[in-house]
Amino acid sequence: MTDLSFVRSDMLPERAPPANEVGMVKWLRTNLFSTWANSLLTIAAFYVIYLVLANVLPWFSGGVWTTSSLSECREVLQGEVGGCFSVLTERWNQLIYGFKYPVDLYWRPNIALLLLAFAAAPVLFFDLPRKLLLFTAIYPFVAYWLIWGGPIGVPVTAFVGILGAYLVFERFNAANFAAAGLAAVAVAFSLWFIGGYLVDMLASDDPLLTPVASRDLGGFMLNLMLGVTCVSLSIPLGIALALGRQSNLPLIKGVCVIFIEFIRGVPLITLLFVASVMLAYFFPPDATVDLFLRVVIMITLFSSAYIAEVIRGGLAALPKGQYEAADSLGLDYPQAMRFIILPQALKISIPGIVNVAVGLFKDTTLVSVISMFDLVGMIRGPILASQEWNGVYWELLGFAALLFFVVCYGISQYSQWLERRLRTDHR
Amino acid sequence: MSSITLDHHADRSKMAVSDEVAIEIRNMNKWYGSFHVLRDIDLTVYQGERIVIAGPSGSGKSTLIRCINRLEEHQEGQIIVDGTELTSDLKNVDKVRSEVGMVFQHFNLFPHLTILENCTLAPIWVRKEPKKEAEERAMHFLEKVKIPEQAHKYPGMLSGGQQQRVAIARSLCMMPRIMLFDEPTSALDPEMIKEVLETMVELAEEGMTMLCVTHEMGFAKEVANRVIFMDAGQIVEQNEPEEFFNNPQSERTKLFLSQIL
Ligand SMILES: Nc1ncnc2c1ncn2[C@@H]1O[C@H](COP(=O)(O)OP(=O)(O)OP(=O)(O)O)[C@@H](O)[C@H]1O
Ligand SMILES: [Mg+2]
Repeated sequence: MTDLSFVRSDMLPERAPPANEVGMVKWLRTNLFSTWANSLLTIAAFYVIYLVLANVLPWFSGGVWTTSSLSECREVLQGEVGGCFSVLTERWNQLIYGFKYPVDLYWRPNIALLLLAFAAAPVLFFDLPRKLLLFTAIYPFVAYWLIWGGPIGVPVTAFVGILGAYLVFERFNAANFAAAGLAAVAVAFSLWFIGGYLVDMLASDDPLLTPVASRDLGGFMLNLMLGVTCVSLSIPLGIALALGRQSNLPLIKGVCVIFIEFIRGVPLITLLFVASVMLAYFFPPDATVDLFLRVVIMITLFSSAYIAEVIRGGLAALPKGQYEAADSLGLDYPQAMRFIILPQALKISIPGIVNVAVGLFKDTTLVSVISMFDLVGMIRGPILASQEWNGVYWELLGFAALLFFVVCYGISQYSQWLERRLRTDHR
Repeated sequence: MSSITLDHHADRSKMAVSDEVAIEIRNMNKWYGSFHVLRDIDLTVYQGERIVIAGPSGSGKSTLIRCINRLEEHQEGQIIVDGTELTSDLKNVDKVRSEVGMVFQHFNLFPHLTILENCTLAPIWVRKEPKKEAEERAMHFLEKVKIPEQAHKYPGMLSGGQQQRVAIARSLCMMPRIMLFDEPTSALDPEMIKEVLETMVELAEEGMTMLCVTHEMGFAKEVANRVIFMDAGQIVEQNEPEEFFNNPQSERTKLFLSQIL
């Protein structure tokens, strides 16, 4: 055995790392050229990128923006490479608002979109003052009135009904949850009934905002409206379904399970056809339920089933101890859900919910199949079928893809920010 | 089995037991499905008692104390806590839970809330206290468990011992008359066990009624006025700690003690 004892007599000074281990060189070496195979892949990848850009960039830079038909484009281009982007400028209004929304009323959906930013902000960024939520609460009614116009009594009645229901529920919730819920529903319906009468009686022939029919909505505006409405309705419905599926009461649980499994087993397009032709049978014969509303109901039901399953996963991921701690502190079921369980379960579910939301938003283009003229419907129908623009596929579909990409990428970035913001462990 | 020595000796003179009944369990039986976990449990706990419950794994210790605040339901017999009988009536359950605090083996803090919010949530929403008052009291108890400076951190940023002390403070904020502990130190390293046990000793010195499932026999000798030994869902033996450790009567108790001491 050698002597194992060792004592350091002088301490080592700090040295700079070797030159090829820092900066750009090191980065290139480790990330792009670490082995022979990787170097080959890097070179191949650069070549592919070059090929794509070499073809796409001239198409953009040589593009034509000011002609009024495809044949004029061809004349201007004279066989040179270049996109015919004139279709976007010439048909801009149709792409955004559809072809029937009155041109002099475009300011109304524009304002509705602007206000949406203010209504959504306190929901998306919860560091903002909570008072802003009051505006969020009235926004749906304002937006309805702006976009559809007509007698102001309609959105006011709808709002009063919901407000009444909310007040009644708050008043009696402490005493009895179920009874308060039933009373709230009863109050809402009676207020709507009375309001409906009043609106009919008072309706003037010349309302402040000219009414616009649902079938006149179109373009990307229609996609945005469907997307925003359905996402904001399907998240609460999804939460309710997920909680219902966990319920101890067999009836509630059974209804939720059957609903979720049924909806998930049916293609959305089928549900949309049902909405467009068959749903009328389920409503009273004289009720003309708006096509937009029917579509909203179907898309909401569809995505809420998916969201419910995503949230169920989040609920299942919570340790049983969280429920027990909430119980042992005396929190009742709604309190435990609101303060302890759902905040954590929803946080886990964010990526899944966003996944469903992005999918839902893109699926709103399916309404073009039931002859609603959303962005894709406009492109496939009136624009491509027109004499001037027959054949301009790349530019139009590329534009549609770009619009959807911008929105979906925004949603995805927001969700990543939210996840970081909510991370409270291992900091 | 570990046996942590506490730095300061508990002052037993302050731990007075009154003859007011805190918990009365009569002929209680519980089944999990067809498995008979608790059999004919009879137990009277007086105000101010510190009871340590010991026994081999699976003997039903956790189940017993979880029945006392109805995290588990019993099927036969009676459990009366501070004059309120636990039945399926939710009002009674809520009343009992507001008087009984519970500390779990795995702390069960709410990870998405700060330490302070953990401590004020239930007082604000269950006891309907003003936020300011609840926060003041939470800070008082956090000082008592010696971690006021962590109030604005999240549970994930604290050590296990600190988390368990927060859990104790969180229960105390509800002003319970009885505290239940289910192996509060089994998930902790020795150094942290000591912090937590010392907090519990202080609590005992203030006259809190405590039921504690633990393997810390040092704590039992120091603080408990009664040790209950359970096996196979039954109370096999109970006695003052001195007698229990030095002069166990039943064979099962002797075997158990020989294994852990
Ligand atoms: N939810 C449950 N369903 C079915 N059986 C259970 C359940 N919880 C516990 N048991 C069983 O009941 C018995 C008693 O469990 P309990 O947790 O009360 O034991 P314990 O004395 O606390 O044991 P330990 O020291 O391991 O914590 C065990 O056999 C256990 O397997
Ligand atoms: Mg146990």
